[in-house]
Amino acid sequence: MVEYIKSYLGSSTTPGQAGNVFWASVYILLIFLGLSVAVIAMNWLERKILAHMQVRLGPMRVGPHGLLQPIADAIKLLIKEDIMPSQADGFVFWVAPIVVVITAFTVFIVVPFGPTHAVTDMNIGVLFMLGVSSLSVLGIVMAGWASNSHYPLMGALRSSAQMVSYEIAMGLAVVSAVLMTSLNATGTGTLSMIGIVQSQQAQQVWFAFKFFPLGLIAFFVFAVAMVAETNRAPFDLPEAESELTAGFHTEYSGFRWSLFFLAEYSAMIAVSSIAVTLWLGGWLRPFPHLLSGSTWDLVFSLLPGATFLLLGLMAFVGVFRMPKHPYFRVQTIGLAGFGVILGLIGLLLFLPPVRDRIQDIFWFSAKVAFFMYLYIWYRGTFPRYRFDQLMKVGWKVLLPVGIGVLILTAVAGVLL
Amino acid sequence: MSDPTFHLELQEHEKTFLDSNELIINMGPQHPATHGVLRVILKLDGEKVLGTECVIGYLHRGVEKIAEHRTYTMFNPYVDRMDYVAAVSNGLGYCESVEKLLNVEAPPRAKYIRVILAELNRLASHMLWLGTHALDIGAITPLFYTFRDREEILKIFEKYCGARLTTHAFRIGGCLYETYEGFEREVKKFLEFVTPKIGEYEELLTTNRIWVERTKGVGTISAKDCVALGVTGPVLRASGVKWDIRKAQPYAAYGDFDFEIPIGQSGDTYDRYIVRMEEMRQSLRIIAQAIDRIPEGPIMAKVPKVIKPPLGEIYHSIEAPKGELGYFIVSDGSTQPYRVRVRPPSFVNLQALDLMVRDQLVADVIAVIGTLDIVLGEVDR
Repeated sequence: MVEYIKSYLGSSTTPGQAGNVFWASVYILLIFLGLSVAVIAMNWLERKILAHMQVRLGPMRVGPHGLLQPIADAIKLLIKEDIMPSQADGFVFWVAPIVVVITAFTVFIVVPFGPTHAVTDMNIGVLFMLGVSSLSVLGIVMAGWASNSHYPLMGALRSSAQMVSYEIAMGLAVVSAVLMTSLNATGTGTLSMIGIVQSQQAQQVWFAFKFFPLGLIAFFVFAVAMVAETNRAPFDLPEAESELTAGFHTEYSGFRWSLFFLAEYSAMIAVSSIAVTLWLGGWLRPFPHLLSGSTWDLVFSLLPGATFLLLGLMAFVGVFRMPKHPYFRVQTIGLAGFGVILGLIGLLLFLPPVRDRIQDIFWFSAKVAFFMYLYIWYRGTFPRYRFDQLMKVGWKVLLPVGIGVLILTAVAGVLL
Repeated sequence: MSDPTFHLELQEHEKTFLDSNELIINMGPQHPATHGVLRVILKLDGEKVLGTECVIGYLHRGVEKIAEHRTYTMFNPYVDRMDYVAAVSNGLGYCESVEKLLNVEAPPRAKYIRVILAELNRLASHMLWLGTHALDIGAITPLFYTFRDREEILKIFEKYCGARLTTHAFRIGGCLYETYEGFEREVKKFLEFVTPKIGEYEELLTTNRIWVERTKGVGTISAKDCVALGVTGPVLRASGVKWDIRKAQPYAAYGDFDFEIPIGQSGDTYDRYIVRMEEMRQSLRIIAQAIDRIPEGPIMAKVPKVIKPPLGEIYHSIEAPKGELGYFIVSDGSTQPYRVRVRPPSFVNLQALDLMVRDQLVADVIAVIGTLDIVLGEVDR
C-alpha cells in the first residue's frame, strides 16, 4: 500500500493520462471536497470582507466571528421546505440546478493545480473548459423557463444574451494567449492547460506580461468578460436583486437554490482558474528566474507554512480582543482552537516532503484567491450596468479590443 | 381603485409580423426596489417599457379622516406618520398651518430651533434617499455610509425630544422642549463630521462611469411637464425651475438665512442626484448660520389651552425634503378640524413616473422610482 502511494507520488503525469482510475477518483473526490470547502469559505469571506468595506461587522453570532455561519446557513437551506410552483414544468425545474452544478464542477477536471495535480490533461483543455462552462447558461435558461413566471424568464433571457455575447470576447482573449504558447523553441502551440503553464515557464514570462501592453490588454479583456460570464456585480443583471427580485432563481428555494449558489461560486473559481492558468503562470511561483537559486527556493517553499502560521496568529490576536465576559468563553475557546488548527497546518506545511509537493497548489490557490477578492471588491464598489449598456460594452468595446489584441499578438509573434 | 388590467394598446407601428404580445408584469407591492408597498404594473416589450400604471393604497391609514375626530393638538403626532423619514418637516408644516389659522406666531427662538431640526431632517431624508437610490442602481456600499451618518442626526433628535423617527418635535405655538445642554456644540460637531462625508459619497458615485451611464439621460422630464403635473421639490429644480418655498414664500425663520437654491438643466436622474447633493451642502450652511445666530427667549407663544381656531380655512405649505408639503385646514370653530387635506409631495411627484419611464428600460423604472424619492406612507396617508 505504502509502496503503491510512493510509486504514485514519484510519477510525473496526471492520473488521467496514466489511465489510473483509482487515483483519478481520489483526485475527483479531493477536488470536490476542496471546492465545497472553498465555496463555504468564500461565502464567509465575502460576507466579512464586504461587511468591513461597508463599516459593519458581518456575521458575528454563530461561532467566533461568525465562522460557523456558512454551516448554519447550509443546514438551514437543507431543512427548508422545497417549494415548486404549481404551474412550473416539474421535470425541467428539477433538472435545471443539476445541469448548472454539473457543468460548474466538470470544468475542474482539467484545472492544473500543479504539473501533476490535475485529474487529467487534455490536449484540448482550454476548449473543454470554455465549452463546458458555457453550458451552464443552458441550465439557467431552463430554470427561468420552467419557473413559468415573469421575473425568472426575464432573468434567463438577460443571462443567455449576456453569456453568449461575452463568450466571444473571452474566446478571443484566450486565443491570443494560446498563440503565445507557440513561441517556444519547438514552435508548436498547445491548448492543454498544463502545456500552457509549461510554455510560460519555458518562455520565462507570465503571458500577462508578454509583449508588454498586449498581454495585459488581453488579460484585461478576459478579466472583464469573466465577471460578466459568471453574472457577478457589476454585471449581475440576470439576478439583479433590485430589478428582478432574484432573476432566474426567484422561484427556487431550499436545497435547489443552494445548488445554484454552489454553482455560481464554483463557476467563479473555475473562470479564475482559467485566468490564472492562461495569464498568471498557473502554479508557478513569482519570479522563478529572477529570484532563483536554492536560497530563494527555500524561502518561497516556506511561504505556504508561513501564511498559515500568520492566519493562526491573526486568530490568536482575535482571541485576545474577545470580550472577557463569561458569555463569550465558548467562542473564545473556539477561536483559539481554530488558531491552533491553522498553526498546526502551517507547521505541517514546513515539513520538507509536504512542502515540496504543496507549493504548486499553494501558489495556484493564492492567485485564484486574489481573483476572488477582486470579485468581492467589485461587488462592494460598482453600481450595476443596464442591459443595453452591458451589450454595448461587450460588442463595441471588448470584442474589437479582443480582435485587435489577437491580430497584434500574431504580428508581434511573427516579427519578434 | 381602477381596474388594474391594462387599457394601453400596441400602436400600429409597434406591431411586427411576428405575433407577439406585450408582457405585463407586476412590480410590487412586495418588491425590493419599490420603496415600500408601491405596485407598478408594467407593460413591456422585451425590456422596453410601453406603459406603467401605479396602484397605490396598500399603506392607506386614513390620516386625513382621523384628523376630523381628533382635536388640533391630538392630531399633531399623526402627521409624523405620513412621511416617516422626514417627520420633523411634517410636524413643522402642520404646526405652522394651525398657528396661521389661530393667528399666532411662534417666538424667534422656537423658529430657529424649528429651522435647525427641519434642516437636519432634510439631511437625514436625503441621506436615506441617496443610500436606497444607489442600492437600487446596484451600488450597495453607499447605503451603509449614509445610514451611519444619518444615525448621528437621529441621535440629536433623540436627545432633543426622545424619539428618533416619529419625533413630534414641535407643538402648536412653538416648541415644547428647550434645547438640551450642549445642543449647539453637538450640532456644530455634527456639521464638522458630516461635511467631508458628503464628499465621500460623491467620490463613490459622481464620477463613477457606471453611475453616470445609469443616470444621465434617464427619466428625463421637462420643466413644462413638471409644472403641468404639479411636481415640486428637487425633481422640479433639477428640470431648471428655481422654485423653493423656503425662498419664494419664506416660513419659519428661513428669511434670515443666506443660501442658494441649486438647480439642474436637463431634468434627468443625474441632475436630480447632483441637485440633492448640493441641497445637502446648503442645508449644512443654513444649520451653521442658525446655530450661530440662535436668539435667546421664550420658545412658546401664548396659545390657549384648548385650541379653538375661528371659523375659516387656511392653506399653508412648506418645502419638505421631497417637495411642497401643504396643509389645507378647514375650521368650523370647534376644537376639531372640519377637514384636513394634505398635499403630499410624494403623491404628486409619483404622477410623473409614467411620463418619465415610457420607452425606457425596466432597469430605468427602478432608477426613476428611486430618484423620485417617494415614501409610501406619504403617498397613501
